[in-house]
Amino acid sequence: MSTTPAQPPAAPGKKINRIGLEPVAYRGGKTTLCAGCGHNAITERIIDSFFELGIDPTQVIKLSGIGCSSKAPAYFLNDAHGFNAVHGRMPSISTGAVIANRKTIAIGISGDGDTGAIGIGQFVHLMRRNLPIVYVIEDNGCYGLTKGQFSPTADLGSTLKSGVVNDLPPIDTCALAIELGASFVARSFSGDPKQLKAILKAALSHRGTCMLDVISPCVTFNDHEGSTKSYSYVKDHEEPLSDVSFVPYFEGIDVEYNPGTTTAVTLHNGSKILLSKLAEDYHPTDKMSALRLLHETTARGEYATGIIYIEPDKQDFIDLLGIVDEPLASLPESRTRPGKAVLNEIMESFR
Amino acid sequence: MSVTDVAVQESLPQPRARRIVNDFAIQAATVNGSGSQTANMVLLRSIFQMGVPVSGKNMFPSNIAGLPTWYTIRASAKGYISRKKEVDFLVAMNPETAKEDVLTLPAGAAVVYDEPLKLHDLRGDVVFYPVPFDKIVGTITHDAKLRRLVRNMIYDGVLSRLLSIDMGQMEKALRKQMGKKEKAIALNMGALKAGYDYAEADLTKQDPFVVEPMNKTEGLILIEGNAAAAIGCMMAGVTFVGWYPITPSSSLCESLIDYLKKYRKDPETGKATYAVIQAEDEIAALGMVIGAGWMGARAMTSTAGPGISLMAEFTGLGYYAEVPAVIFDVQRVGPSTGLPTRTGQQDVLATAMLSHGDTKHPLLLPASVAECYTMAMDAFDLAERLQTPVFVLSDLDLGMNNWMAKPFEYPTKPHDRGKRLDAETLKRIGEFARYRDVDGDGIPYRTVPGDGMPAYFTRGSGHNELAQYSERADDYANNLDRLARKFETARTLVPKPEVEMAGKGGIGLIAYGTTHWAIVESRDQLKNEAQIETSYLRLRAYPFTPEVAQFIDRCDRVYVIEQNRDAQMLSLLRMECTPAQFAKLRSIRHYIGLPIDGRSVTMELLNQERAEA
Repeated sequence: MSTTPAQPPAAPGKKINRIGLEPVAYRGGKTTLCAGCGHNAITERIIDSFFELGIDPTQVIKLSGIGCSSKAPAYFLNDAHGFNAVHGRMPSISTGAVIANRKTIAIGISGDGDTGAIGIGQFVHLMRRNLPIVYVIEDNGCYGLTKGQFSPTADLGSTLKSGVVNDLPPIDTCALAIELGASFVARSFSGDPKQLKAILKAALSHRGTCMLDVISPCVTFNDHEGSTKSYSYVKDHEEPLSDVSFVPYFEGIDVEYNPGTTTAVTLHNGSKILLSKLAEDYHPTDKMSALRLLHETTARGEYATGIIYIEPDKQDFIDLLGIVDEPLASLPESRTRPGKAVLNEIMESFR
Repeated sequence: MSVTDVAVQESLPQPRARRIVNDFAIQAATVNGSGSQTANMVLLRSIFQMGVPVSGKNMFPSNIAGLPTWYTIRASAKGYISRKKEVDFLVAMNPETAKEDVLTLPAGAAVVYDEPLKLHDLRGDVVFYPVPFDKIVGTITHDAKLRRLVRNMIYDGVLSRLLSIDMGQMEKALRKQMGKKEKAIALNMGALKAGYDYAEADLTKQDPFVVEPMNKTEGLILIEGNAAAAIGCMMAGVTFVGWYPITPSSSLCESLIDYLKKYRKDPETGKATYAVIQAEDEIAALGMVIGAGWMGARAMTSTAGPGISLMAEFTGLGYYAEVPAVIFDVQRVGPSTGLPTRTGQQDVLATAMLSHGDTKHPLLLPASVAECYTMAMDAFDLAERLQTPVFVLSDLDLGMNNWMAKPFEYPTKPHDRGKRLDAETLKRIGEFARYRDVDGDGIPYRTVPGDGMPAYFTRGSGHNELAQYSERADDYANNLDRLARKFETARTLVPKPEVEMAGKGGIGLIAYGTTHWAIVESRDQLKNEAQIETSYLRLRAYPFTPEVAQFIDRCDRVYVIEQNRDAQMLSLLRMECTPAQFAKLRSIRHYIGLPIDGRSVTMELLNQERAEA
């Protein structure tokens, strides 16, 4: 991870967003990942999304586990607090942090090893709880930082550079997330900037757990022939389910669409996601249908991309807890230490 | 299996005529899940209400129903509340253990037993009182399920008669125990009376044990350490609890949940001013606590040994990234799953050094329920002041048994939220560097998300003063040295030991936690029986404060007494000792899963003293 802030690109014509910030306010340190790494493309889309939505970076927390992917929070939103946790354990750190300050906007960056292997337990329970967080898996099917071993999302029959064949079936994190209760589940590709940005913006406007599996080729260890997570393989096998467009509430644009071919999903803050069907049987608000679609495309060796499942009105974990509206972390002593009468009453009960 | 560890015959049987008043231990041997807990609590409370100092120790299996359980109640006019090594009065209700329970009694003891067990032929040197429980219970109710539940209440009635425990106090205790369940109270009162009547009509008192009213418990409460710790946490203003159920710590968080639900609702909105999350495991429990602590919440978890093992990784992160966290370790017996329902002090080294790399953590060592309460509050203050995980080492004996205490005092100190950067401080120090030692005490200033102060990047990887990733040798060493400096500051902030010097020092004792209560008794035994006056230092925290080294210096030799095999606290002391101090240190250890008793300490100390001479 870099220690020096990256030089921002010159802002063309003083571009500012709706809260008056320039894109530079959304940048982070200079990336130390390999040139051409898919993760860097994802970082760029994250920066664009936060900027375009006009989210105050100081209200954001960015968290990660361990691995190449987990270095990414250092490369965006310098003014946000970051937490590079331990391997596979970012979900629990996020859970405590988000509950302690419900006003915060949380984005977690993980990898396929960090999520699918060491972190699968915490991942499962994060999805179950529907904690408000955007959880991004930068998925390259291998362990980059330890030089290219298979991860649990590597496809059956995919090979390492050395020719070793993966003989175990992959974990489909999207299917798992849907099954477990995540209320926004999407798959995208780092090489599809338009779709990825639309999904990220939609996710940042959704309340609940947004699980984004972004296929992000590892140019150093997993971009060869025989790999099913290479740029060329994914380009050839990406099956977008729809064209995703996102209309934030503050733009107030009245969009026309054909309800026969487009599904419109309204989020809690009034923003709209428009999904123009490209695939047959695409019903993103229907759990069974979403799971079937995933299984069918996987069986054909394809990556179904787009918003696979969304449940816009599901109660999130914070609401479920019934906690006060203010951040728990900043409650004053007057509200957290009961008075003398309470202690006396308790003591009386033990006489 | 037996939990009476008496193998030593210390004195001849007492003459029958002698009355032994308020100085004996009753043990009820039952089957768990049989409702014996109510009967035992009523017995304990009755004696307590008669003004006689008591302690109750539950020795229960890791099981829900059907296995042997023993409950020992000690009445002690002198106020000794550690476990008594010998059982004086046995209530043998469990066919599985009855024979061995009787065989391990000292001569002169008495036994109330279920008549069909036919125990009276086992020995000639104890008094037997056969009671036909099934026959008696048949006169109380015909409901088979209720019969099972009230059967044990009959022995309370028998003991009331045999030991002169006031029936009025029994009824009061029963009402306290049962609340407003009038039907259940009536049923149990019936059982109590039936037991009493049977004893009055059919048993002749032949043992010397008697309870007589005193005034030594006036104004006191009876409370479990876990409940006391929970009250302390609430008063400490805890706002986040992440936990995973594990014996013997579960009741800490469960009590806390009850109190928080009742007393920590926002008066206007009715919403909670706290969150409690039952995590998927102990790793996640501490992860959540660290996440919440990083965010600025007062966050805690409670666990026991196996959970401590799982929490190692996050504890290291908390230490290195400098995030406050409070971890209660209600110690049970290891290694591994060990004896989940037995007590020990076996996690001292594990918690003091938990996690890989150079790590060390402050430990608080409560000996009493009162300290469970006060040290809970101390722990939150220290964790935030020192920005680090702080452990509170309770144990099963303290956490899950009832102890007498003065009602807890309302805290007078405001919460110490530690060094949080504000605009004024920022102006004074010029620049925010998360890990810079501005004040020379090793404690840097911190900001939290959403506080309007500068952000920083928290990481468990190498970092410099500015919280930037760094692998530079000087950055690394400077940071580690500052953390060591911070630990020196901890030394000045943790609770000081309690010290009692006998003359110039002589033989010194060092103990901590629940071992204290055995030491209180042992010191009296040493003084009265062997004319040995001892000095005593009760540790209340790690790192050690200067008083500890001074104590060792003043004594000729020092016995460190603890409830683990490997002399764990002694090992920590040795790490800081001069060679002269090192040479003075001796060790007395007790690790049978049962609470340490005074007699065992006395015998072992005298043995070692003889070897010394």
